[in-house]
Amino acid sequence: MAKEEPREFKAEVVVPYELAVGRTWTTFYDTLKEEKILGTKCRKCGRVFVPPRTFCPRCFEEMDEWVEVAQEGVVETWALINMPFYGQQLEIPFVSAQIRLDGSDTGFTHRIGGFDLKDFETVRTRVKLGSRVRTVWSKEKKGGILDIDYFEPVK
Amino acid sequence: MRRVAIASMAQSSGGESRDSLMDFTFRVAKEALDKAGMTRDEVGCIMIGSSDIFHSGLSCSNSFDWDGTGAFLKEGSRAEESIFAFIYACMRIMSGQFDTVLVTSLVKGSENPDNDACTSFFADPFYLRPVGMNETTAAAMQMREYMWRYSITEEQCAKVVEKNLGNALYNPYAHIKKKVTIDDVLSSPTISDPLKVLECAPKSDGVVSVLLASEEKVGELTNRPVWLKGYGCSIDHFYPGDRDLLDGELKTAAAAAYKMAGITDPKKEIDVAEICEPYAFQELLWCEQLGLCGEGEGGTLIDSGVTRMNGTLPVNPSGGVLAMNPYVSRGLYRIVEAALQIRGRAGEHQVDKDVKTALAHGTQGFAGQCHSVVILEG
Repeated sequence: MAKEEPREFKAEVVVPYELAVGRTWTTFYDTLKEEKILGTKCRKCGRVFVPPRTFCPRCFEEMDEWVEVAQEGVVETWALINMPFYGQQLEIPFVSAQIRLDGSDTGFTHRIGGFDLKDFETVRTRVKLGSRVRTVWSKEKKGGILDIDYFEPVK
Repeated sequence: MRRVAIASMAQSSGGESRDSLMDFTFRVAKEALDKAGMTRDEVGCIMIGSSDIFHSGLSCSNSFDWDGTGAFLKEGSRAEESIFAFIYACMRIMSGQFDTVLVTSLVKGSENPDNDACTSFFADPFYLRPVGMNETTAAAMQMREYMWRYSITEEQCAKVVEKNLGNALYNPYAHIKKKVTIDDVLSSPTISDPLKVLECAPKSDGVVSVLLASEEKVGELTNRPVWLKGYGCSIDHFYPGDRDLLDGELKTAAAAAYKMAGITDPKKEIDVAEICEPYAFQELLWCEQLGLCGEGEGGTLIDSGVTRMNGTLPVNPSGGVLAMNPYVSRGLYRIVEAALQIRGRAGEHQVDKDVKTALAHGTQGFAGQCHSVVILEG
């Protein structure tokens, strides 16, 4: 029998889903359109969550108290992403960061930008742990997390 | 509760297999049974560690996996994390329900899209996915915080790669066979600053099987049983922003495993550790949280040479996940490698010292959301 390489088949899975955002994040995204950032506060432990949560994940109690938090905060940690992969939705390079907005108790995951990100060393001088950043809004609001375009370093 | 022992083991190498996933699975599961002189019909129950669509291109993958693992027409179940599958299998023997359980975990990384094409789908579509979260991004943020809080250097993180890939040269099952220097690591492309490409695990093929047996049964199957002494697992909150990335749930998992195993001083009582380090710095951080060194001392631990193959507490003599990353089954590989060290049958990467007690660790999720720890003894 002739030697034949085992064959491979290409398989691609493309299937549509419709996932419920839930009431809490619907409110959150609706108010992002008005350029406001809302969180929810746990009546038991007092923590303020941004993005808001329907229940406190630690106390396991419902949260119904809404608070508006500042549009400025502190960088808790960050990474400069320069990695292409199948399905990468954002244009590289970009800075991914955990930002603790003033008045909140959680890290808000978003990106930092507004300056040239091509050179690692430059980025390292502009973004540091503990440095302050502020919200830059997208001109066109779609009712999603990228209604905040990015956070920029505060000079 | 009844005692549980590993009776036999089998593992595939990490390079690309031309077998179909089902055939690939069958060969390894069959090898584990053959080594114990057992037939599929004689096995009490089958446990599977496998993951759905993104890691096999098949939905409800356990229905497909049933044949290759030998689980058809038998009681069986499946977990997505392979150490969880191992723990559930142990419970079925401890409870007295079964005398033998065959645990098999499987993945063909070579067939899948990039690791992070899969891990970005761990993220929810409303918030984390659109802002670019995936396993590597989360790890890079964790690494920066780790270096900053404890003055860990990039050289110390790179040293983990030099050590583990050096060890992998002696492991015939390892996927990546490449001697690298610390400079090679530091000068490799930065993909997610501060992470360099050589500090990130590859994606590998890997099927691994472990046959477990009760104390009453194991004597018939092997004269070198490896005993389960303890296990623990714990899962942190989903959102990385809700957590302290440097103080996750590994301590909780380790404390449970140590308590069950009666270990009070892991630094002295653990002879060898197989730790899941998909990103180099994580070996240092996890060593701290496992109590193998003090808080913030992961850097000095690697500098001291203690964790090298010939050190007093070798970590990842197999080469670890940096050398071989079959995503779903990587945890069960750690258990097999730890058990081989106890048996003294690890081959060229057998450590120099006597191994009585070994630790195996597995992790999945963003920046180590979930951890499991298993303690084995000869």
